Parts: sequence; C-alpha cells; structure tokens
Amino acid sequence: MRRQATALLALVGFFIALYLWLHALGVIGQLTCGTGSCEAVQASRYAMFAGVPVALYGVVGYFVLFVVSLVGATPANRSRRQPDLALAALASIGFAFTLYLTVIEVFVLHELCRWCVASAVIITLIWLLSLTGLRRAA
Amino acid sequence: MKGFYVAVVAVLVIGTGWLVYQARSKSSQGGGLGAEAPVPAATDGFPGYTMGNDSASIKVTEYSDFECPYCAAFATVQMPEVRTQLIATGRVLWRYRDFPISTHKWSRLAALSAQCAGEQGKFWDMHDQLFGHRDWVEQDKDPSDAFRGFAQTVGLDLARYDDCMKTRRYAGRIQASLEEGQALNIQGTPAFFVNGRHYQGRATSDAFKAIVDSLSAARRKG
Repeated sequence: MRRQATALLALVGFFIALYLWLHALGVIGQLTCGTGSCEAVQASRYAMFAGVPVALYGVVGYFVLFVVSLVGATPANRSRRQPDLALAALASIGFAFTLYLTVIEVFVLHELCRWCVASAVIITLIWLLSLTGLRRAA
Repeated sequence: MKGFYVAVVAVLVIGTGWLVYQARSKSSQGGGLGAEAPVPAATDGFPGYTMGNDSASIKVTEYSDFECPYCAAFATVQMPEVRTQLIATGRVLWRYRDFPISTHKWSRLAALSAQCAGEQGKFWDMHDQLFGHRDWVEQDKDPSDAFRGFAQTVGLDLARYDDCMKTRRYAGRIQASLEEGQALNIQGTPAFFVNGRHYQGRATSDAFKAIVDSLSAARRKG
C-alpha cells in the first residue's frame, strides 16, 4: 500500500516536473501560475543546477522513484526490503534537493512558484512514506 | 492491486491530457501582434546587433528569445560577466539573433520592440530591459505598454518608436533571423555558435571564458 501510494505520488510529481521542463524548452508557453511568481523563479540563476535545468532533475528523479515503487509494489517483490532501501535513499536525495531549492525561493529570491511548492509537498510525502518503509525494513 | 493499476493509468491519462492541453492552448492563444502569423523574411541581409570589437578573432552568435526563461537567466546572470571579461576586453564580438519560439505568445513583439530600439541605437539597452524586468511575461495581457515604458526608460524618441512598432518595420528581419536559426537546426534557446560552430557546453560565463582562452591559445600556437 505504501509503495503504491509512493508510485502514484511520484507519477503526479513526474508530470509537474515535465510541465516545467517543457516550458523551459519552449513547448509550453507561459506557465499557468495564478498566484505566485513562476516566471521569476524559472528565470533565476537557480533554475539551473550544474548546467542542467532543475526541472530535468525532477523529471528523472520522479521517474526513477515511480519505476522503483511500481516494481516494489508487485506481488513478487512485496516482501523484499531492497525497494524500501532504494526508495528511502532516492527520496532523501530528492527531499534534500527540494529543501535547498525552497530555501532559495523563500530567502534568496523572495518568490514562490506554485508548481515548485506542489512538487515540494509531493517529495516530502514520498520521503515520509519512505521513512516508514525503512523502519519496517529494519 | 487492480485498483492501483487503474489509478496509475488514470494519472497517466489525466497527466498526458493536461500537458497536451497546455501545449495546444498556449500555441493557439490568439490576438495581439505577438501571436500574428509571421511575415515573409526580410532580404536586407541584416546580420544582427553586435557588441564588442568588430575585429575580434572570436565571434559568438547567440540565438535567443525574450520570453524564454533560460535566455533571461543567461542574460541577467551570465551576460554581465561575459561583457566584462570577454567583450569589454575586446576578445569577443557578440552577436544577438532573434529566435522567437512559436509557443511564446509575445516573443515576436518583444523582438520587434528591441529592433525598434536598435533603429535608434539602443538595442542592447532594450535587450537589458526586456530580460531584466519580467513582469510582462507574468501577466497574461498585451505587453505593448510595458515595452513602451522600457522605450521611455532607455531614452528613445517615442514617436519614432511608436511608428516602428505600428508598421512592424522589422518583423521581416525577425523572421529572417528565425529561419536562419532553423536552418542551423536550433532546437532550443539560448543557442550559441562560436566562430560558426554550435557550442553545446554549459551556458556560463566561466565556460565561455574557458573556450575563448582555449581558442586564443590554439591561435597563438598556430
């Protein structure tokens, strides 16, 4: 159940990250932002990390989380602990990276992008789920 | 388990549909100069506005879009360093070319505004205004007034600017620049060509300095 929830959350996160990445590529025009400052955040220097768009890290990260949790949720793998360990490691990296980006948004840019906030909520939930999985695996 | 797979498929379908809807609705947003059908390409051979030493041995051509967030990030974060380290020192001639992406509603209008400023010798000032003040991208309304405000800020003759914008004097140049970029197989912006070769490394001032140093050293040896 936990891995299934992780898979669904990761899939939603994947689409959000893909949306931001497609916007960066010009496939999608203006971001549907409503309240918030999506363009200001996306146009900042922090929208790139090591020369790669931050959104692309999200696309890849969520996709890997989705695949691992999907495989881990199959009946054949349900009792194995490796998926829990892998999910905890991946989610922790994602959570730490998101924490860094959120700190940048709040304390450096003083702008918030609602899509980034949505992604932050999702990775936080995935991380918390992975911690409970880790406790069971121990 | 079956319910889980149904939920996965549902998220996949909804997510894909949502992305397709976003892409289509943005590209079909009508009205305004920015969304108008492109005009025929100009044949005046205008090579784009340049900055730096005309006789510099290293020439960088940038294909960019004023509405593109990564172009803005490059222009506001990296470009000041590039100007100081490579352009002001006479090592590089920097050329700007328009590559308005079709899904960006106001790119062509912004490019036109910059060209109209260029007519009065203020292209780079307008370039900095367009990239440096991004409120016009955030707001889903015609940014003509915002651009006119920039024109006033950089000290343009507003009557000439208005006439240039109204007649879309340089729309053909923008189209020619876009077609030039398409012929070079540009897939996204910003795109850079260093001495005619497509540069696909990191778009940072340090990376440009490294490549300029490398080319200069090779030239000295040669």
